[in-house]
Amino acid sequence: MTPSVLAGLTGAALVGFGLYGLILHPHPLRKLLAFNLIGSGVFLVFGIVARRGAAAGLRFDPVPQAMVITGIVVAFAASAIAVALILRLSAESSHVTLDPEVWTKPNGGDTK
Amino acid sequence: MADPGTATPGGYLLVLAILLPVVGMILSFTPGGRNAERIALCSTPFGFALACAIAFHVSRAGKPIVYLVGGLPPPLGIALRADGISAVMLVAAAVIVTAAAFYARPKFSTPDGVRESRSSLTFWIMLQAIWAALNIIFVGGDLFNLYVALELLTFAAVPLVCIDGRPETIAAALRYLLFALFGSISYLLGVALFYGAHGTLDISLLAQRVQATPVVWTAAALMTCGLLAKTALFPLHLWLPPAHANAPAAASAVLSGLVVKGSFFLTLRLWFYILPALPAEKVAIVLGCLGSAAIIAGSVTALCQARLKLLIAYSTVAQIGYLFLVFPLAAGASSAIGWSAGLMQILAHAFAKAAMFFSAGLLAEALGHDQIARLGGAARVLPLTFLTIALAGLSLMGLPPSGGFSAKWLMLQASAASGQWLWTLPILAGGLLAAGYVYRILSPALSDDQISLVLPPKRSQEVIALALTAIAIALGFAPQTFFDFLEIGRPVVGRP
Repeated sequence: MTPSVLAGLTGAALVGFGLYGLILHPHPLRKLLAFNLIGSGVFLVFGIVARRGAAAGLRFDPVPQAMVITGIVVAFAASAIAVALILRLSAESSHVTLDPEVWTKPNGGDTK
Repeated sequence: MADPGTATPGGYLLVLAILLPVVGMILSFTPGGRNAERIALCSTPFGFALACAIAFHVSRAGKPIVYLVGGLPPPLGIALRADGISAVMLVAAAVIVTAAAFYARPKFSTPDGVRESRSSLTFWIMLQAIWAALNIIFVGGDLFNLYVALELLTFAAVPLVCIDGRPETIAAALRYLLFALFGSISYLLGVALFYGAHGTLDISLLAQRVQATPVVWTAAALMTCGLLAKTALFPLHLWLPPAHANAPAAASAVLSGLVVKGSFFLTLRLWFYILPALPAEKVAIVLGCLGSAAIIAGSVTALCQARLKLLIAYSTVAQIGYLFLVFPLAAGASSAIGWSAGLMQILAHAFAKAAMFFSAGLLAEALGHDQIARLGGAARVLPLTFLTIALAGLSLMGLPPSGGFSAKWLMLQASAASGQWLWTLPILAGGLLAAGYVYRILSPALSDDQISLVLPPKRSQEVIALALTAIAIALGFAPQTFFDFLEIGRPVVGRP
């Protein structure tokens, strides 16, 4: 098993674990962590792509590496927004949940 | 056809179309406060003029206009391209964003003497951010660039959902964000696989290189899956109704009319521009089935809603379903009709739904609630608002003359021409169900009951909503040249 294949399998496993967590865990913070796990897997795949895609005879292809850096920045920003929303939600209400049933008010519909 | 890798005259307009909202956004941050509103209101008409100029250039040249960033041709550089559909979407986005900006003035303006609020500043900045992201999506020619634009779109849309800070809106925003993050990371994985297999992410270069290999299928499946989550296609639509119904009306209109179309636009780009050579009949059928399920499920759920804004949001779920019928209908020999139908549906829904949300916002402000059961007699006190709702409803149902009618009529024609009769069933059933939920709004409103207004409606807002409906109706009279314009730059199988 070459290092590339090993890294590829690790990436796939990370994406798989992350997807499992994202779908099954009810708590938003856990979902966010699972999203970051998927992100790590995807970035790992990009890393291998940088090795395999180097058609021009370079040792590494710099383009996927530039993309990984951009991707990490975007994922970081996304996590920051999500954490801010979760914090705000826990400050505003007693239950931090995404369950829509909790948020349907019995009287509902009044704008204020 | 010209080489897609060379710059054409007029390409600088594409850069300006992106720069204008971005500069507006940054400028709004710096002086902040009440200046953000002025900057947004000043820049939107210019953006509209720019979009019209781009459309003019595309129609005069008869082929896409291209700009190479930094003068470097792909695969090393990044190209911006505007073809027929990009130009039309740029104009539509500019019109709706302009309308939303002027509609939002009474709620989010900070006149002298009033304390500046954080929500107003957020609204004006995020409105311009959404606009910038949409423009990048419409003209972007590089899949990774488009990923960044998609993320920008999400990050701009999520704060608009929870702008008033109530806990239920924050929960809706969080749900939206998590769905969208799943969508974008799945898209990104597809992008990585495409790059690994073909060494480029430029749309037209990829189109020349792709073959039906397992890597390409996997990448396409991942990207489509991600984009479906962002477009809220059934069964990934769960985030949409609470998010769109809880946002302020001006924001809901932009979210429902434009933001979901951004990711749908990329789905079109993926299947019709990058992968037209793939034998994708089965994929088209799966997407068509999901679309049909969305039409039925969305419309039936809309029929059961107690709140007007939720009803309109579920109607969006149903109307998104129609969009995905493009995939089976615009594949194969008689593709031009299906293509025209899909684009007409995007435009008609964008304008009609924006007008619908504007009216729902007016109604909620004027009556103090948006419960459908308590609308009795409201049409007597808000005649202009209900005229707008009725006309927009006409387009959503697909009654002539309206853009919605043209879209559905063309879809029926396309399914007859290509011998795919089964698709006519969801199209017709969706129209009937839409008639049902529009009737549910109008029937109590037209009754003789007495109702009192909490606040008189703003005439300017009513006129803006009516103007958007007028566009949705006018689309029904679009001439053949308009549909020819939509064909500019579309790769067709069998045509070099």
